[in-house]
Amino acid sequence: MTLEIIGITVLWTFLFGYILIGAIDFGAGFFNAYSRITAHEHTLTKIIQRYLSPVWEVTNVFLVFFFVGIIGFFPKTAFYYGTTLLVPVSIGIVLLAIRGSYYAFETYGARGHKGYSFMYGLAGILIPASLSIVLTISEGGFISMVDGNPVLDYWMLFTSPLTWAVVVLSIAATLYISATFLTWYANKARDPEATDLLRKYALVWSLPTAITAGGIIFELRRHNPAHYVNIQDFWPMFLISALMFIGTVWLLWKRQKYGWAFILLIGQFIFAFYGYGASHYPYLLYPYLTIYDSFTNPAMAISLIVAFILGLGLLIPSIVLLMRLFLFDKDYVRGKGDYHA
Amino acid sequence: MGNEEAVFYSRVLTELTLSFHIIYATIGVGVPLMIMIAQWVGIKKNDEHYILLARRWARGFIITVAVGVVTGTAIGLQLSLLWPNFMELAGNVIALPLFLETFAFFFEAIFLGIYLYTWDRFENQKKHLLLLIPVAVGASFSAVFITMVNAFMNAPRGFDISNGELININPLLAMFNPAMPTKVAHVVVTAYMTAAFVLAAIAAFRLLKGSNHVYHKKALYLTMKIGLVFAIAAAIVGDFSGKYLAEYQPEKLAAAEWHFETEENAPLIMYGVLDDGEVKYAIKIPFGLSFLAHSSFTAEVVGLDQFPEDEVPPLYIHYLFDLMVTIGVGMIALAGIYWIGMKRRWKIIHAKWFRWLIVLGGPLSIIAIEAGWWLAEVGRQPWVLRGLMRTEDAATTSGQVDLMLILFALLYLILGVGSVVILTRMFRKNPVEQEIEDRETEKGGDVL
Ligand code: HDD
Ligand code: HEM
Ligand code: HEM
Repeated sequence: MTLEIIGITVLWTFLFGYILIGAIDFGAGFFNAYSRITAHEHTLTKIIQRYLSPVWEVTNVFLVFFFVGIIGFFPKTAFYYGTTLLVPVSIGIVLLAIRGSYYAFETYGARGHKGYSFMYGLAGILIPASLSIVLTISEGGFISMVDGNPVLDYWMLFTSPLTWAVVVLSIAATLYISATFLTWYANKARDPEATDLLRKYALVWSLPTAITAGGIIFELRRHNPAHYVNIQDFWPMFLISALMFIGTVWLLWKRQKYGWAFILLIGQFIFAFYGYGASHYPYLLYPYLTIYDSFTNPAMAISLIVAFILGLGLLIPSIVLLMRLFLFDKDYVRGKGDYHA
Repeated sequence: MGNEEAVFYSRVLTELTLSFHIIYATIGVGVPLMIMIAQWVGIKKNDEHYILLARRWARGFIITVAVGVVTGTAIGLQLSLLWPNFMELAGNVIALPLFLETFAFFFEAIFLGIYLYTWDRFENQKKHLLLLIPVAVGASFSAVFITMVNAFMNAPRGFDISNGELININPLLAMFNPAMPTKVAHVVVTAYMTAAFVLAAIAAFRLLKGSNHVYHKKALYLTMKIGLVFAIAAAIVGDFSGKYLAEYQPEKLAAAEWHFETEENAPLIMYGVLDDGEVKYAIKIPFGLSFLAHSSFTAEVVGLDQFPEDEVPPLYIHYLFDLMVTIGVGMIALAGIYWIGMKRRWKIIHAKWFRWLIVLGGPLSIIAIEAGWWLAEVGRQPWVLRGLMRTEDAATTSGQVDLMLILFALLYLILGVGSVVILTRMFRKNPVEQEIEDRETEKGGDVL
């Protein structure tokens, strides 16, 4: 394994972590807002808040880790992506800021404020849409070089079917992941009403997720034939992913083993995400930037990897503690103790 | 939009974001330590008031953390969006502390979540206090690491450039550059000082507004004492910062002190205005600058005459320097008088006007933080990396920076107003007298 591959694997893993727990987080905010509007409030709000409250800040750090890490391992990305992504990423930042702060305002300061929960619910669902545009742009074709500087063609970006397929996928997948997780969590909390409602949401969003995922591969054939050909080399991964997807939906449908349903869902996304990532290799940005020509110097790479390993030694026990206290602690999940400051 | 405009708006946007973030970041660095001290004192003295103090501070802290986190995320991304050329180079040399910073955040975020949701969950209060240590350590280390990056911008080390290529890169040397010790120490110490005086201001304000509860008096005494210690430390480290500048960035010191000609026995110029290159109405302290810069009354101090005109920083940083130092010395005096007054039972420290001064001390400390950063950053101009890369060469070529500036200005307005509204509402709805009463009934009345 070269240093380049180690670097990109670490970053891709953290991006996956962000997408997974971010999706749970954003989707939950959306369901929370939605349930207030449709008067399902009592059923859902408690479940959602109990899960979300202690972990929201951790979610954000995954994102920070990813974008700081990519500048560290692949400094040239700052030049290409930094210059071109000003507008889409700025919009993403604003949404993240509204979402994070209003979540805290509502939860700790103004419990039950409808306007606040609506704001963070809506902002949360737009975040995946705005950040996923970066993946679309990485497929190439939207950036051209003018006087040695990269320039993004907005018109082309916003009229491309690929863009919109990715946007829809990101929203559908967010809601699907979140609903499936919360079904399990609600079931664990012994709240049958909430479980039922969330199970319904999960099933509703499963189909759009599958359809758009397929649609994107189809779109790629036109947009980036080279990548499309690569993807076919990884067909077993996508096949496993599809089977796991069917498994999740089956279990949800049969109201059985929600824990397994969620584990299969993680598997589904792992295979699809790493399959996609591997087929993207070696490009970070078609056709300008590969992981090799953008890589940092060996001294920095090695020190980052050493820092990463030491850091993990600190983080993994802490995360285990967090999960034991809030995710797997029966009393906490069932709301028996409220120890909030 | 030509690139000059892109540079201009990128600067304004960076200045805006950092100036906003630093308020919440400073509180984020300092307050966990204050909570820790209060809870520790509470456990030691078995005094429920201090525990409640810690608890209420922690509640308010959540709101400022939230804004600190989201604005920090903004500046982190904006560095790449607005200064892509700088970040490309920085990524090669100084990425290590940036990366380490994310671990500090991680650590802080995880334990903050645990700490907030485990009040009274443990039989032994000390266990709960232990959970706060990683929060305080994480917050302070995030300041340490990010300040290392900033120190690198002032004294770039740890690499060589040959034919436009970076060679001999040494990430550790880049981290531990000459600007690092004083900068890191000054930033961390002033954050503690500011947090203490902001909390003192709140306590004094409650006392002025009619609540005469001992809870507020204990809070005031504790925070003023802590504030005094860190204010003295800030001045001492500030003096070292000046000596660092004299050795490594003499142009910044000379511009801050309006020291135009290289000379021995240099006087220190305080206050005054600059009129057509002439200093007026200033207080001159003979030999002061020589002493500040080199600890010797007769030493030679490099003046601005040694630098080409286009490398001299803007001279208005003198006002910022004066503002910061005046506030620093003023706060030492105020907290010192309060402390001695408490020991000697002086009346004036209970006077209304004195308490109003304490209230003022909170915002003033934050102003000193802002002035300090503007001094440090404007004083580095025209360089983004001193001696290596000019700010104008580092900026983006994107044409939409002006629009983004408006977008972010609106965002910070919403966040700023929102956080203040929520904080006041939170504590209005649940005044401390009420909470003490509630807890008494809860515990059967024999606690307080
Ligand atoms: C409450 C805030 C506060 C207070 C009271 C002081 N400072 Fe300060 N100062 C800062 C907050 C600050 C800061 C915000 O933390 C800065 C900005 C960048 C940095 O490294 O620290 C800073 C920078 C800074 C610099 C520039 C360092 C550089 O660019 O490398 C000098 C020379 C001093 N300070 C000196 C002093 C002195 C002699 C003080 C005497 C009382 C003082 N400061 C009080
Ligand atoms: C948080 C406290 C900080 C504040 C309030 C602050 C403020 C400022 C100000 C006022 C300038 C403008 C100088 C000028 O244009 O004349 C500036 C420049 C700059 N600072 Fe800082 N700064 C802070 C910390 C940092 C840190 C820690 C970094 C890097 C890691 C940094 C990176 C930059 C960059 C890249 C510039 C050049 C762009 C510009 O001139 O605006 N700053 N900062
Ligand atoms: C260019 C300069 C800076 C960058 C890029 C930056 C980056 C960030 C980021 C990404 C976060 C959010 C992390 C999370 O998700 O938890 C954050 C928060 C924070 N920053 Fe900054 N920051 C800068 C300047 C500073 C300075 C100068 C200080 C200290 C003096 C500071 C102290 C903090 C603290 C303590 C937090 C945690 C939030 C809180 O507790 O309020 N930052 N920063």
